[in-house]
Amino acid sequence: MSYFSDIYKGIKTLLTGMSVTGKYFITSKKGAITQQYPDNRDTLKMFDRFRGEVIMPHNEENEHRCTGCQKCEIACPNGTIEIIWDRGIDEETGKKKKKIDQFVYHLSMCTMCGLCIDVCPTDAIEWGQNFENSVYDRTALTRVLNKPDSKLMKGVED
Amino acid sequence: METEVVHTNFKSEEYFINMGPQHPATHGVLRLLLTIDGEIIKKVEPDLGYIHRSIEKMCERDSYQQIVHLTDRMDYLSANINNEAVCLAVENALQLEIPERVKVIRTIIGELTRISSHCLWWGVMGMDVGALTTYFYGFRDREMINDIMEETCGARLTMNYNVPGGLMLDIHPNFVKRVKEFVAHFKTKLPEYDRLLTGNVIFQKRTVGVGVLSKEDAISFGASGPVGRASGYSCDVRKHHPYSAYDKVTFTEALKTEGDTYARYLVRIQEMWESLSIIEQLIDVIPEGEHRVTTNAVIKLPKGEYYQKVETARGELGVYIISTGTKNPYRLKFRSPGFSNLSLLNHIAVGGKIGDLVATMATLDLVIPDIDR
Ligand code: SF4
Ligand code: SF4
Repeated sequence: MSYFSDIYKGIKTLLTGMSVTGKYFITSKKGAITQQYPDNRDTLKMFDRFRGEVIMPHNEENEHRCTGCQKCEIACPNGTIEIIWDRGIDEETGKKKKKIDQFVYHLSMCTMCGLCIDVCPTDAIEWGQNFENSVYDRTALTRVLNKPDSKLMKGVED
Repeated sequence: METEVVHTNFKSEEYFINMGPQHPATHGVLRLLLTIDGEIIKKVEPDLGYIHRSIEKMCERDSYQQIVHLTDRMDYLSANINNEAVCLAVENALQLEIPERVKVIRTIIGELTRISSHCLWWGVMGMDVGALTTYFYGFRDREMINDIMEETCGARLTMNYNVPGGLMLDIHPNFVKRVKEFVAHFKTKLPEYDRLLTGNVIFQKRTVGVGVLSKEDAISFGASGPVGRASGYSCDVRKHHPYSAYDKVTFTEALKTEGDTYARYLVRIQEMWESLSIIEQLIDVIPEGEHRVTTNAVIKLPKGEYYQKVETARGELGVYIISTGTKNPYRLKFRSPGFSNLSLLNHIAVGGKIGDLVATMATLDLVIPDIDR
């Protein structure tokens, strides 16, 4: 007797399960879950806080906000950031002042932890949304974030 | 009188096979050395170390803020809960007063993390016993949580959202709305999980009575989380040693007494319902206030030893810090749930078939980076 009831139970639970999958088979629209990346590249928008890479925004006059205080370099757990700094003459006061020469960012080592951005006193660096970082040669992942001939924005002090 | 027939043509002989390190059912780089006799398992020896990254040693080099992001990479499915564990340990050592807002948000995010981890486990569990569809359904629902995490924390897997003293950023304005959407959505989907897999006869035949762990053994092997609770061992850290906002919510600890694979499965399903209820209780009452208290830029813990445990999706995670008063810990030890849960695999798998081993391993819910660290 239990032989037949087993068969009955087996078929019943199978059909119960298939009612779930069958419902989705009939009702779900195309593209309900998956996105057609990379075809949707033009419309793809990442969330504002998405951590893609560290960038340093510059304004129209090619000025950034980094004073070269090196706090981000110390906060970084794995030596991703290297600040090569120099002393320059401040135009207004005429005194010698620290300034960055190169803000070197090794993207290949970055764990996207966000500690550098969190610690920066002048908000000089922020998150960029680009995530397509594959390259043929890993040296291309070492970047200098401050643009050539860029200067410190006026009025930014640490 | 009957005499036992001794076959001489066929010799029964034990032999070894390797399961892993690239076996799909080991969910990562775990190598199991099986001693088998035909289909019957005689011994299971886990071989670890394939992805050892010496996280504990790295912690001795890092500052307390930097340690947090390493814990993302242990049990990556409970990343937020791991972060919370380190932050709580540091905050308790400093005797920092944490705002209520932070505690509630941490609890909500912790429970979301637990649901997303269990969703993935459920999908993979089905796949291990041969039901591929569950994998897609589990991932569909997990995707919504991943979006919530990405919008608020900035990342989908390795969030590093907690900092000693609070949260790195306040929650995103859409957070509450999205979480409510998810809770409403998931409440309609969880019964489907049951219809699709839980009640299925084939699934039950594969799991009921397989890999039985008694309560005594659960305790002596140090099992925790759903593995311990399925054997009747009440070990929920959220209940017994409440942290963050768990003392303000009511929930029942999922307990079963059978101790088999099916019981471990049911415990996790019930935990998802409990997590939903915890989120519902808190999502409307997130207090206003600061999302962070400022700490010194260089955190130095007073000399001494500190221990904090939390309940991750896999069980009890302990963080043990010895500080000599400097800016790095002298020694930091993680008590990871996966390691203890793996240690009992040999005990419950011996005598079963290889197919049973796969089902048993699926409900131990092993995450290998958590075991190897
Ligand atoms: S980016 Fe910020 S923290 Fe880093 S050196 Fe510049 S100002 Fe200092
Ligand atoms: S995100 Fe983290 S790892 Fe990357 S540069 Fe900043 S501090 Fe370093």
